[in-house]
Amino acid sequence: MATAAEYKKEFTKGLLRENPILRLVLGTCPTLAVTTAVMNGLGMGAATTFVLVCSNIVISLLRKVIPDKVRLPAFIVVIAGFTTIVEMLVKAYLPAIDSALGIYLPLITVNCIILGRAEAFASKNSVGLSALDGLGMGAGFTAALVLMGGIRELLGNGTLFGWPDGGLIHPITIFVLSPGGFFVFGMLIWLTNRLADRLEKKGIKVETAAGCAACPNAACCNVVASKTEAKAEGNEPESSGNGKVESVE
Amino acid sequence: MENRLVVSSSPHLHSGVSTREIMLDVLIALSPAAVASVLLFGWRAAAVILVCVASCMASEYLSAIVLKRPQTVGDLSAVVTGVLLAFNLPATIPFWQAAIGSVAAIVVVKQMFGGIGHNFVNPALIGRIVMMASFPSDMNNWVTPLQGRMVDGLASATPLESMAQGEMAYSYQQLLVGIRPGSLGETCIIALLLGGAYLVVRRVISPAIPLVYIGTVFILTWIAGENPLIHVLSGGLVLGAVFMATDYATSPINTAGKVVYAIGCGLLTVLIRIYGSLAEGVSFAIVIMNVLVPLIERATRPLPFGEERRFAIWQKK
Repeated sequence: MATAAEYKKEFTKGLLRENPILRLVLGTCPTLAVTTAVMNGLGMGAATTFVLVCSNIVISLLRKVIPDKVRLPAFIVVIAGFTTIVEMLVKAYLPAIDSALGIYLPLITVNCIILGRAEAFASKNSVGLSALDGLGMGAGFTAALVLMGGIRELLGNGTLFGWPDGGLIHPITIFVLSPGGFFVFGMLIWLTNRLADRLEKKGIKVETAAGCAACPNAACCNVVASKTEAKAEGNEPESSGNGKVESVE
Repeated sequence: MENRLVVSSSPHLHSGVSTREIMLDVLIALSPAAVASVLLFGWRAAAVILVCVASCMASEYLSAIVLKRPQTVGDLSAVVTGVLLAFNLPATIPFWQAAIGSVAAIVVVKQMFGGIGHNFVNPALIGRIVMMASFPSDMNNWVTPLQGRMVDGLASATPLESMAQGEMAYSYQQLLVGIRPGSLGETCIIALLLGGAYLVVRRVISPAIPLVYIGTVFILTWIAGENPLIHVLSGGLVLGAVFMATDYATSPINTAGKVVYAIGCGLLTVLIRIYGSLAEGVSFAIVIMNVLVPLIERATRPLPFGEERRFAIWQKK
């Protein structure tokens, strides 16, 4: 059984440390497409969080039943099932959100974040931990979407949650178009990385839990290479460095 | 007397021309059009130019401080960007919008990509395009020149807009002198040609890009059955061909590359003007060709003696 601290860690990692959008840069397509208004971001975030938590729970329950070779189709079937449920619910009860999100609602099925959590977490961990992982990731996703939607709606349309009618400020329309979306996205990633650097300097560990080794680019990445080199060589670089300085003089 | 033999990388010879001198030449070349814009559109034209230049210089100065780069505000390139951006705006544009366009041009396009020489497209054009996407109604608020030189002149369509609707309201003489609605600096063709001739004489630009660009537009609109002279004399074609498409950082180095680039600009301009939903396509045409410049450079690289030409744009390793 996992301890309370572990549960807390699995929940909070999605908020900043491994925020799926701003730190892992997953699921960028729906992020850029739907964040033209706060309400759309909130709706997309809530729908994705629901699918994420449910699919994490079910996949975690089935993790010993699903054969390894066909795990991806199996995961997708589970995710698609929950996406269909969400789609029908939103169509029935929130038609305005449905028309605003359009094709991006059924496309939750192929959202990288959900398949990523299924593959990286739910298929290896217990039900409780997986549910909290999904909830934390969903909360981080929703927070990022609401933030982006807020900035873009305020600057690009002059409103927040569609209020007030006339607009607070003169709209700078480019912020609700795709170039503005990319610009705000880049700015938010920059700010998050600055925030993470600040926290790290204060001694709070922010590095992604999976570490650099899990990254697909690890084989050709300088940072990874220098880290493993330093570990392997220990104190040796210092002494050889001294020798070099002497010979130059 | 030590180290008399300094080993350094090329270039070893320097013509002595500095960025500041080149930019000063460009500003001198722009001044006839600036005077013409004030004569045509009144005091507000001067105010728009001032706002753009001031906000471009402030953006350049502040971003160099924030990014901890050497201060480049003294090389006058920000002034040129500001004047060019102002030349692309209608005289009625609100000042704060002109300032936002200037910030987008200098901070986003120029400084964020590495400062002078590293901008991947023309900063002034992106400033204009950002403003066109952001404030479409204010950016299309054209006034007829010489209307008592006041802001509330008669709102009217540009020659290209009226031509798109099948009517021609301006004579060649009016188009040459600039008595027609349009952006500040684009209307007076004579002043722009004067500036262009100065730049060619001073060897700041080579005539290849402007001549081929304007020639392509002339020939293609003639083939398409439109009036080629009116296409050349209206819109921002001459301003774009002489001052925007010739930006050093975003145009090819070789003459062959320049010709390919200018033909591309002309083709895109004509396609947008005739088949696009916008009446004018010079800024988008130049920006699209700016992005293609690295590929053009690679295809037109001079051949070292004895090597075979490879016709692939993407070189195999």
